[in-house]
Amino acid sequence: MAGHSTRKVLPGFGLTLGVTIVYLSLVVLIPLAAVFVKTATLSADQFWTTISAPRAVASYQLTFGAALLAALVNAVFGLILAWVLVRYSFPGKTLVDALIDLPFALPTAVAGIALTAIYARNGWLGQHLEPLGIKIAFTPVGVLVALIFIGLPFVVRTVQPVLEDLDAEYEEAAASLGATRWQSVTRVVLPTVLPALTTGFALAFARAVGEYGSVIFIAGNMPMISEITPLIIITKLEQYDYAGATAIAAVMLVISFALLLTINLLQAWSARRGRRET
Amino acid sequence: MSGIATTLGTAARFETPSATRDSRIVKIVLMTLGLGFFALFLLLPLVVVFAEAMRKGFETYWAALVDPDALSAIWLTLIAAAIAVPLNLVFGVSAAWAIAKYAFPGKAFLTTLIDLPFSVSPVIAGLIYVLVFGAQGWFGPMLADYDIAIIFAVPGIVLATIFVTFPFIARELIPLMEAQGSDEEEAAIVLGASGWQTFRHVTLPNIKWGLLYGVILCNARAMGEFGAVSVVSGHIRGLTNTMPLHVEILYNEYQFVAAFAVASLLALLALFTLAVKSLIAWQAARPPGKEPLA
Repeated sequence: MAGHSTRKVLPGFGLTLGVTIVYLSLVVLIPLAAVFVKTATLSADQFWTTISAPRAVASYQLTFGAALLAALVNAVFGLILAWVLVRYSFPGKTLVDALIDLPFALPTAVAGIALTAIYARNGWLGQHLEPLGIKIAFTPVGVLVALIFIGLPFVVRTVQPVLEDLDAEYEEAAASLGATRWQSVTRVVLPTVLPALTTGFALAFARAVGEYGSVIFIAGNMPMISEITPLIIITKLEQYDYAGATAIAAVMLVISFALLLTINLLQAWSARRGRRET
Repeated sequence: MSGIATTLGTAARFETPSATRDSRIVKIVLMTLGLGFFALFLLLPLVVVFAEAMRKGFETYWAALVDPDALSAIWLTLIAAAIAVPLNLVFGVSAAWAIAKYAFPGKAFLTTLIDLPFSVSPVIAGLIYVLVFGAQGWFGPMLADYDIAIIFAVPGIVLATIFVTFPFIARELIPLMEAQGSDEEEAAIVLGASGWQTFRHVTLPNIKWGLLYGVILCNARAMGEFGAVSVVSGHIRGLTNTMPLHVEILYNEYQFVAAFAVASLLALLALFTLAVKSLIAWQAARPPGKEPLA
């Protein structure tokens, strides 16, 4: 593995690390720092008034609430899908497995207009739901639907490899010791999958919090009801309220950094658990 | 999310032994729930894109695509990707080489920083460049003096695209190169190869599938980015509109068929990306030494 002897043998450390740090600083770090520098031009009072305005607070509630709910739905159905893909054989499985990544590859604007065409009042499913009194597009439920779409692959793709690596022997041992199938799944399989499932949940949640493209078409974007936080930033920018937009962005960035840290800790937990099992 | 090899042949391993076999009812319930969810949330939106695009026949579909504004949006999308992907490729390989082949303090922190753009909202990715290069930004007055436009112009779109696709290739290569270690490279160097020769003839063949996978993912996101590009573009038709922005404009003007026609091109790109991805996974899962595509 890489160690002190390697550093002497392989050339290019200075060059590649230099390129990495310069490019990272120019493209990511310095522009991101602009958010905090710009926010610092606001007084504490102005900052607090901006970020605690009722319309902003309503958007946090919607954004984080819908993202949390979407990540929970994805955790349940993502686990089921990963289980179905790993444990059962059925025709078309290769196709289903390949299409799981669709939300990674499909531009968010395309997903947004497609979901709206499905759930709008005269849409593919919307026209059948409307008589039942169920409205999805242009309500907070629409936001939830879009966030479920973009978050699904995160859960499936983190849980799937762990399920694949799981030895059948653990469940066989549990069965031979008298465990029922339910017991061996809940006491043996689920604890092994839990770190990966939590990581997938956190990844889906983090992605959903910042999502913009797929949501704005289906949300209806009514202030206080179905307006997400990224849209508040855009609205403020369009009104040339740069300081206001940046203050809200700073709040979101701090939360994103906290989520990134959590995800890293979860992945470390997941890796530790993986090593112990094998 | 990481890793390109997914093994699909494992089901038999669990379906035969009685201890890991689910009862028929459990299997039916889980498959109905899982595949039903898949059909509703993934398959249906995909079908809708193509069905809505073709709603008024092929001629209307085609007319929407050869519209001058659509063509200029397609062209700008291609340009942005053609600049962003190679830059991120060079960066990704450099970062992976530095991180995977050497031990140095702050390595874990650097890896986290590379992931940063993934956790930043696309809207904020656009905003930061407005703050740096916009009329009221750090360099705004200076750029105005020299009559250089970055925001609401093509350079801003390229910058925002670079930001959001920044980690894709590095992220794919770092775990791959870490897992492969540096024994082969060290042997090549000891035997007298130069650094570049070692990379070209030893490292590159080992990482080519991961590299290709990173490039196509990076490209798909570069061509499809909406939020970040939307903030810096200014939505000037025929000038600063990319394909996803053109979709939005058409949609907001109630030109639904045209919007879905342009969207269908992006959906085809997504399907192409997934097809290449599956092909790479299948290639990478093959035993080494049998590589007809090499």
